[in-house]
Amino acid sequence: MSAADLTAGREGPLADTDTRLSRTPRVAVADAALRDRLERIWRTEPGLKGWFGTVDHKEIGKRYLVTAFIMLAIGGIEALVLRLQLAGPNKHLLTPEQYNELFSTHGMTMIFLYAGPVLSGFSNYFFPLWLGARDMAFPRMNALSYWIYLAAALFLYAGPLVGAGPNDGWFNYVPYAEKAFNPGINEDIYALGMVFLGISTSVGAANFIVTAARCRAPGMSINRLPIMVWGTLTASAANLVVIPAVSLAFFLLWMDRNLGTSFFTVAGGGEPLLWQHLFWLFGHPWVYAIVLPAMGMVSDGLPTFSRTPLVGYTLVALSTVATMLLGFGVWVHHMFATGLPGLGLAFFSGASIIITIPSAVAVFAWLATIWLGKPVFTTAFKFFAGMILLFVIGGVSGFMTASVPADWQLTDTYFVVAHLHYVLIGINVFPVCGATYMWFPKMTGRLMDERLGWWNFWTMFLGFNLAFLPMHLTGLLGMPRRIYTYDAGMGFSALNMITTIGSFVFAVGVLMFFWNVIKSRRSGAIAGPDPWSGPSLEWTIPSPPPPYNFAVIPTVASRHPLWEDQLDETENRSSFEEGMTLDEGKEALAVSILDAEPDRILKMPSDTTAPFWLTVATAVLFAGLLGKLWWLAALGGIGAIASLAFWNEPRTKLLEREPDAHEERRNG
Amino acid sequence: MAERIVSRPEALPLGPIGGRGIGWNGMVMLVVAEASLFGYLLFSYYYLAVSNPPGWVLESEPSLKLALPNTFLLLASSVAAWWGERGIRKDDRGQALGGIGLAIAMGAVFAIVQGFEWKDKAYGLGTSSYTALYFVTTGFHMAHVIAGLMILGALWLWTWRGFFSPLRMLPMANGIVYWHFVDAVWLAVFSTYYLSPYLGVGQ
Ligand code: HEM
Ligand SMILES: [Cu+2]
Repeated sequence: MSAADLTAGREGPLADTDTRLSRTPRVAVADAALRDRLERIWRTEPGLKGWFGTVDHKEIGKRYLVTAFIMLAIGGIEALVLRLQLAGPNKHLLTPEQYNELFSTHGMTMIFLYAGPVLSGFSNYFFPLWLGARDMAFPRMNALSYWIYLAAALFLYAGPLVGAGPNDGWFNYVPYAEKAFNPGINEDIYALGMVFLGISTSVGAANFIVTAARCRAPGMSINRLPIMVWGTLTASAANLVVIPAVSLAFFLLWMDRNLGTSFFTVAGGGEPLLWQHLFWLFGHPWVYAIVLPAMGMVSDGLPTFSRTPLVGYTLVALSTVATMLLGFGVWVHHMFATGLPGLGLAFFSGASIIITIPSAVAVFAWLATIWLGKPVFTTAFKFFAGMILLFVIGGVSGFMTASVPADWQLTDTYFVVAHLHYVLIGINVFPVCGATYMWFPKMTGRLMDERLGWWNFWTMFLGFNLAFLPMHLTGLLGMPRRIYTYDAGMGFSALNMITTIGSFVFAVGVLMFFWNVIKSRRSGAIAGPDPWSGPSLEWTIPSPPPPYNFAVIPTVASRHPLWEDQLDETENRSSFEEGMTLDEGKEALAVSILDAEPDRILKMPSDTTAPFWLTVATAVLFAGLLGKLWWLAALGGIGAIASLAFWNEPRTKLLEREPDAHEERRNG
Repeated sequence: MAERIVSRPEALPLGPIGGRGIGWNGMVMLVVAEASLFGYLLFSYYYLAVSNPPGWVLESEPSLKLALPNTFLLLASSVAAWWGERGIRKDDRGQALGGIGLAIAMGAVFAIVQGFEWKDKAYGLGTSSYTALYFVTTGFHMAHVIAGLMILGALWLWTWRGFFSPLRMLPMANGIVYWHFVDAVWLAVFSTYYLSPYLGVGQ
């Protein structure tokens, strides 16, 4: 777009050469002076203010990752206690109520506080690096989404800490969760905490979408995006429209419990199934949201270690989108046993079976990639390849429960517990571990230990299968899920003992993973910028990356910018050394959505504590609602409004407004 | 021999210009999320309406005496806001202040009238699932009206301080779109609660 277009159709005077409104970016080869200047512009101040105020996506990404891994550890310990209780018949380690709280808290922790956020952490750290950008589209919102995630996690954990954790499962069915049957404060904390957490997820989703759409290197048209970007993009698009469903459901539940409404109780004309619809309208897309980005990790990771491009890039990208689109229409498969009309069941059953097709496409693409490539058997590769097997097992058991008659047999048995762990551990935890081995060197500059990695992978892989494969059988034999114990004569005892042993083996594997991370951070071998000879942009910059990521904006000529010489598919080569400098302040580039043509120079916000204070105010608001201290809630609300007003005040530095007359004078 | 390509764009717009800029994309996201929220509220209404026995809708012929004029008032406020925004685009601060000021006044009257509408209801929040949903949906909408009024207030203040020009006005464009959105949502809420019973929904 030229400066003339920009004024076309507008009233008022604007000369073509108005340097206030447009600029021809300087193009140069990156040199030390430029790096120095950018470093000064982009770096986060040391000290408390910098710590609370940073908007650097890498810092935020790391915080997300660390917090999510802590949640994984906590949720894991909870699971081990559950398994101890179930190790043999008639054990009394936990009371039934404690068991209820523990499995519900485990589910909540793993699903909402680990599996989603850990992927956000990776995407936060790597979106700009994969895309050739200097930061996310909205850095302050990025900080906000982390702070709210942290605050909501603390809020949700206030329950278990005072012995009032959620106790109706992670999907929290009414009428169990209604006040009449569950008078404690447990469900109030869970309900409000989930509404609170929803803000974080929504804000993050919006940010990922706009970043993927607008903040890319020139030339990175949408058919050149890494699959991981496709995964996070589709997951975010889904989250944006389905999070409101669950937030609303939890809010209405809170009203039922505290303000005497009857949305979900039959007595007042409410409908318990409304809860299930609202929950699963969200819940099913959400389970895709916590696996699609992880599948993207595999789609980008396997080719890197197989030293060949992903087979069927376009098909895999499309299948990612197709899975999500179909995913909106299958939520009722969680409700097959609720007595809905047969025709509806048939429809949703069909849709759920069809949805396995795009997943199968991805699986075949991965297998073909390994087959055609020259795999390097690193730990990361093992995790990615191991995932394929677990995905197939989890997919098959899912396929089985998608059929209504089978589901009527299997629902609420350990078969479902086996299925969901194959899917969640197989398609989330394994890829996440692989991704950590792969990208840890980029984040820290050091490699993780491969020898320990070997032990790490095999312990996790064997432990996991030992624990969860027999569980299918436990379920087929009829052991219901969510029971705190069982009798000796039922034929479950041996299987449960195996599962418990497997769980502990798996946990030892996870421990090795954490140990490897902690140890390698200090003493791992120095990685250099590109330890795996990877194909994508993040490998062109130093490890760890400087605050500004790219000294000059790269230009992308193909899907595999760093493999162009080997592949020799195109006439042109991408450029990393020479490019736009954008160094007249904290600047980034925006591009057009489809072709990634340069479109605009963005002025990026500097560090600010506004997101932190907004989070504090919102937490006060929710605490007020929880205690029904309306004055406290009002105080929080006012604080939130004040933070928002301060945040959104148009700023000259961001070119959101005209400078004041006196400011003009001051600036000469 | 393969050639290295380097993107060398000509003059690029610097920051947001007019109503365009990356902040606009962010605004679209907000509207999509909020529209979904209201979508689920209305879904709940229709779901409960069809799954309950006849008579669930407590008012089979809701009075339109206040609601209909109020609806027109809110729509008119959108026009006023639009006219105010045009003021900025023409660099006419007076028109902008007038338009936005008028929109604020109309929006405030809408909120007050809606308050009377609530007061006039013979039932309360806890009477039935219908009444609960009525108050929650219109209440959520009211919360958005109040948020919208605060935004319009801020825009008015910023206009008065001379922040905006035809070229630097993205916050204005975004804020006004939010107000249009609040009005559009009301149309959906109004049609559902005040008009659809006349068509026999939930009877
Ligand atoms: C050491 C690893 C793990 C073990 C041993 C384990 C074990 C268990 C056990 C014993 C239950 C309760 C089953 C019941 O009584 O019905 C459970 C439930 C569940 N787990 Fe795990 N789990 C592990 C990791 C994970 C992970 C990583 C995730 C998700 C990413 C996860 C998600 C869930 C969910 C969603 C439930 C259902 C909770 C509910 O019924 O409301 N688990 N798990
Ligand atoms: Cu599902």
